[in-house]
Amino acid sequence: MKKLNDLEYLKLSKFKAFLYNVKLFFCSIPGWFVKLGLSIWALIKNCAFVIRDEFADIGRTFIKGNWAVKLSFLIFGLGNLYYGQIMRGILFLLFEIAFIVYMFIIPDGGLHDIKLAHLFQNGKTIGDKAGGYGVDPNDKYGAEIWLEGDESTRVLLWALIAVIFIIAFIYTWRLQVKQCRICMDITASGKKIKSGKDDLKSLLDDQFHKTLLTPSIIGITAFTIIPTVFMMIIAFTNFDAAHDGYGTLYSWVGFENFKELTNFGQGGMGAAFSSILGWNLIWAVFATFSNYFLGMMVAIMINKKGIKIKKFWRTVLVMTIAIPQFVSLLYVSKLFAADGILGRLFLNWNLIPQSMLDAYQRGFWENPTTAKILLIVINIWIGIPYVMLMATGILMNIPQDLYESARVDGASGVQQFTKITLPYMLFVTGPYLLTSFVGNLNNFNVIYLLSGGGPPNTSISYAGGVDIGHTDLLITWLFKMTAESASSQYYMASVIGILMFLVVSILSLIVYNVIPSTKNEEDFG
Amino acid sequence: MKNEKSTIKKSSIGAKTSRTVANTIIYIVLVVMTVVWMFPFFGIVLESFEVGTKAMDSNLWPIEFGFDNYIRLFTETKFLKWFGNTAFMGVFTALFQTFFILSMSYTLSRLRFKGRKGLMNMMLIMGMFPGFLTLILIKKVFWDLGLTDDMAPVGLIIVYCASSGMGYYVSKGFFDTISKSLDEAARVDGATRWQVFYKVIMPLSKPIVIYTILMGFMAPWGDFMMAKYIINGDPNGMNVAVMMQTWLSKNLLNDNYTMFCAAAVIVAVPVTAVFLALQKYYVEGVTGGAVKG
Repeated sequence: MKKLNDLEYLKLSKFKAFLYNVKLFFCSIPGWFVKLGLSIWALIKNCAFVIRDEFADIGRTFIKGNWAVKLSFLIFGLGNLYYGQIMRGILFLLFEIAFIVYMFIIPDGGLHDIKLAHLFQNGKTIGDKAGGYGVDPNDKYGAEIWLEGDESTRVLLWALIAVIFIIAFIYTWRLQVKQCRICMDITASGKKIKSGKDDLKSLLDDQFHKTLLTPSIIGITAFTIIPTVFMMIIAFTNFDAAHDGYGTLYSWVGFENFKELTNFGQGGMGAAFSSILGWNLIWAVFATFSNYFLGMMVAIMINKKGIKIKKFWRTVLVMTIAIPQFVSLLYVSKLFAADGILGRLFLNWNLIPQSMLDAYQRGFWENPTTAKILLIVINIWIGIPYVMLMATGILMNIPQDLYESARVDGASGVQQFTKITLPYMLFVTGPYLLTSFVGNLNNFNVIYLLSGGGPPNTSISYAGGVDIGHTDLLITWLFKMTAESASSQYYMASVIGILMFLVVSILSLIVYNVIPSTKNEEDFG
Repeated sequence: MKNEKSTIKKSSIGAKTSRTVANTIIYIVLVVMTVVWMFPFFGIVLESFEVGTKAMDSNLWPIEFGFDNYIRLFTETKFLKWFGNTAFMGVFTALFQTFFILSMSYTLSRLRFKGRKGLMNMMLIMGMFPGFLTLILIKKVFWDLGLTDDMAPVGLIIVYCASSGMGYYVSKGFFDTISKSLDEAARVDGATRWQVFYKVIMPLSKPIVIYTILMGFMAPWGDFMMAKYIINGDPNGMNVAVMMQTWLSKNLLNDNYTMFCAAAVIVAVPVTAVFLALQKYYVEGVTGGAVKG
């Protein structure tokens, strides 16, 4: 497609300019993929270079090093000890001893767990022998008791930890070899090598980030990274209530669960997933943008010159943030129920079109369309205060002379809004829009506490062992699947989790590449 | 000449009237909004004073005022225990979350080190996987350690806090706004990075510290999803949200509806009071953080 220069572009009529922009957008999509490909290729190339350099460095260290350095390839920390870094040397040595003891020496150690888990071998169970009732070997009358067996979840978790331990081992090995090289270099140049005391001191100075980050990193590793990786692995097993990993072990099934997503029959995963995802996206778009624009309008109204008791209006709205959400959500949901005060009112005044109601659909929550509309409206009630607060802060930052010069040029109020306020807001709040969009995609509280996902959607119901409703989001579906269904299809929840992850990350990737305000982190400081 | 003057006068009068019209409309909108926004809260308070139980639709204004629901709450249910659980979680979550979030955001904002960008990207990506799913594993582990059911408050505090460092965005935005030249000046004077953190930046960071504490305190009051899963229905480990939701299930509704309102008032009053008292800091946090991202 031919690209126009500025002069040509300005000559176009408004409509043509719009068409031109749309075309430009779609024509640039192939370019993105090319760019993506190129950046992946660059990444691979970089990796190759890094690996080559690493090996070259290791080799040089081995050849140039003295006996202590050479031996430290086998015994961790020997090089550090030789050069007088007692503390580091001892820490490295202790790590190696701990690794060897854990992996090889103690019975049922790391290596045993990895073997027992049969990692990714299709058809094999995780763990060899399930627990079950059997004859007590220590009882001379042969009483029946529960005999402990392998527990799949435990085996898999320990295997995962062992794998992480191995990766850490390789990393530490490389680290201490590198430190030997650094020590060699420093001695060669005749400088003094850092002592353990210097190391400790630098933890509050040059290495301060390590001190500050260590607790967080430990927390994140233990409670986010390991569980996330674990749950992603579950997508390749058949972990559910029937294979709970305790009485019955669960086993590896490969991509079986992902294939289930192409089942578009009645109650099939494919049909359920696509229909829920559709509503989920619609919901997120409406919830985000309705709040955004209405909240901005409210902020502008309150900030307008000549409006009095500004603080009062703001406090009224802030009340909804202050009161715990579940209280207001549960109460409002009952207000609109078929026999709630407002629900009854609307019915009596015939404010809901009769065509939407049949004998079984008496209230707002019993009809898919009214339920969806009501959800979005109530979400506006919840969301406006947040946007109002944020927008108020930003509006105050817009340089006032912009408006003044616009007024001198005869711009109307609407024009001032579309030409100054809106572009400025969109520019500054790009990241906020993205996070609130993602937040709305996974807005569990609003949906679950208001409609509970209902009314039931019979055409896709019972996919994943759950009664799916018309207003269920993926996250509420997932919650019902794991916490409220008898069959607890964890493997399917995991598959859906991975897909949600893909949807969110692709959306974020696109948005981050399009909006301007995220690119230059340092510009704002 | 004369003509010109009168048109100027006319247009200024026109502008004035159009402004008053606009302001009147705005006032009307704001008043309507106030009614809509306050209606549920007045409704809850009014219905909580109804004597005895009632069906939902009959009346908003109590037929007879009384404290029966409140009395019933403390004599017939373990409400005090649930309230205590939630408050306990609120206090400790505020404490630990503040530590994790501030250390993470301060480091990412003001210190430059190898792997900083990588760390930020990793946390961004990890945050996109639905966090609820990880609870399946965490619950199994907690079950073995005895941190579910009646010990759920302790388990939940760990869940809320352990990876809260990933929510560094708002406070990083705040730290980004403090001028870097302060650090540099202190460093030139021989301060270590710890001293810069402790003596230079922290005294300037009161708003964001209070904001983080406030958010941490509020989180357990509003959490429903994680709490319900970890608590497992044990009445001794309940937080208020999960328990009060069960009161509104279909077959219990008519018995418990007014009691729900009473409980809602008791929960909402202290939390709202704390929040409104610290409103200023909340607003600063929201406006600063959202813009910075």
